[in-house]
Amino acid sequence: MTRITRRSFNKMAGALGATAAMSLAGYPRMAAAASPRVVVVGGGFGGATLARYLHGFDSNIKMTLIEQSKSFVTCPFSNTVIAGMNKIDRVTHGYDGLRGLGIDVVHDTATGIDPAKKTVSLKGGGTLAYDRLVLSPGIAFKWDAIEGYDEKASGSIPHAWKAGPQTVLLRKQLEAMPDGGVFIISPPVNPFRCPPGPAERVSLVANYFKTHKPRSKILVLDPKEKFSKQGLFTEGWKQLYPGMIDYINLSNDGKVVRVDVKGMTLHTDFAEHKGDVINFIPPQKAGAIAEAAGLTNDSGWCPIDQRTFESTVHKGIHVIGDTSIASPMPKSGFAANTQAKVCAAALAAMLKGEDPGTPKFVNTCYSLVAPDYGISVAMVYGFDQGKIVKIKGSGGLSPSGAPAAVRKREADYARGWYDSITRELFA
Amino acid sequence: MRHIGKALFIATVGVLALSGPVMAEEASSAVLANTCFSCHGPDGKSAGAMPWIAGKSTDYITKVMIDFKTGAMDSTVMQRIAKGFSDDEIKALAQYFSTK
Ligand SMILES: Cc1cc2nc3c(=O)[nH]c(=O)nc-3n(C[C@H](O)[C@H](O)[C@H](O)COP(=O)(O)OP(=O)(O)OC[C@H]3O[C@@H](n4cnc5c(N)ncnc54)[C@H](O)[C@@H]3O)c2cc1C
Repeated sequence: MTRITRRSFNKMAGALGATAAMSLAGYPRMAAAASPRVVVVGGGFGGATLARYLHGFDSNIKMTLIEQSKSFVTCPFSNTVIAGMNKIDRVTHGYDGLRGLGIDVVHDTATGIDPAKKTVSLKGGGTLAYDRLVLSPGIAFKWDAIEGYDEKASGSIPHAWKAGPQTVLLRKQLEAMPDGGVFIISPPVNPFRCPPGPAERVSLVANYFKTHKPRSKILVLDPKEKFSKQGLFTEGWKQLYPGMIDYINLSNDGKVVRVDVKGMTLHTDFAEHKGDVINFIPPQKAGAIAEAAGLTNDSGWCPIDQRTFESTVHKGIHVIGDTSIASPMPKSGFAANTQAKVCAAALAAMLKGEDPGTPKFVNTCYSLVAPDYGISVAMVYGFDQGKIVKIKGSGGLSPSGAPAAVRKREADYARGWYDSITRELFA
Repeated sequence: MRHIGKALFIATVGVLALSGPVMAEEASSAVLANTCFSCHGPDGKSAGAMPWIAGKSTDYITKVMIDFKTGAMDSTVMQRIAKGFSDDEIKALAQYFSTK
């Protein structure tokens, strides 16, 4: 590349700004505040990435990250903790890295938003004013959507779909289960966070049983007809865990209609299934703060302008990650991370009164079928006519029938991905 | 990460130098490169098993990406990802990472 002097750069950047300003309508210029205030709610995959990148784009921005927990336990790789491959500290991360960058991290819970006054109120008291607000609060559960399963029930029948104490609880239950026991897992209806997550959990628990409790069985009760990467998972299960896993889909009476906590039984329309350990994953919706702020629609999730992730309900509030409607992207940590980068670039530009630019996204969801057996699904996304679109011809699944060496490489890459992304978020 | 500002600077210039005026629906090199960091680490400096791509030459990165695309080079996931980037985008990415 030819060397470019700062002067010629400024000239070109000016030209770029001018072209962009003419080429794109509909993004009103904001008065560029000297030191704009951005408040971020949620320090997970979306929020931590956003804070870091926005700070990187423009360190002049006064940023506050509100996160209710002192440390963040990742859902990615939490299935390895449930299966006894890793301890919980392997998936626990702190906020010192973000603080080190000069980002103000406040451990509190955001309880309300006033979109007109542009303020966020905190459980610990006080309010924070913002010029732009970003929400990445993850998911909330639809408690009571299934008879008998509320928050209290999750104390004995864990969901383990937010990582932390729930992860540890399910691990303890599986450890205490006698050989020959039955483990039941019931995934939720679509859409939910991490579509391949339940089958990865089944796989790694099967791997634990195979080595420690080989007479045990796993029953999957699915309220859907099929699940993500089904062909690849099924291939792996036949090869590695023959006879151990029984999968029942919707047509075969897989939909749980009632949870009996005392009796440790899941009821479907026509049958009841008793388990020694049960993992019930309830249906999901946008994070509580997004719902409280009125940012959700009938679907229970937050509609957004897919270029900037700005809410289509309230201006000045951007919503990223699981809580947003970023379809056709799945609800994954990878997706939240790549959305955060796009949103940060858009915000940095918008706060300067410039054009928000064009998004580009990648998502790769790795799953472990066994510690050295990895599979993946990937997709590249662009932007067309106001919407996120899959790039034709890109993406797809790992090949079926691949040799063990390929599965091993993908398992190594799964761990490599985890190390890279968690360093990107928290280092 | 501290270099994002600089990255954006170089990246923006990269695209301009390559393809003239930026089209409305084309992402900047910074936005393009950011998609790689989730696996390959900030600026392509990988923390673990993922290949390190920072500082590799423009020609090398371009060739490898095109070979992933055509299937001339064996890969696990990259053949699926490379197909999501145009040849111009690949050149912009290659320039970006070669300067890291
Ligand atoms: C078992 C399992 C395995 C998974 N594996 C993978 C994987 O391998 N790869 C992958 O890409 N994805 C995976 N995922 C999905 C991934 O965890 C989510 O998609 C991702 O966490 C979404 O990011 P987010 O920023 O939207 O939410 P989160 O990462 O959940 O972050 C939300 C944060 O906001 C905080 N918060 C919420 N409300 C408030 C409030 N009012 N005030 C203050 N703080 C608040 C929460 O404490 C939390 O820290 C997995 C999920 C599960 C359950």
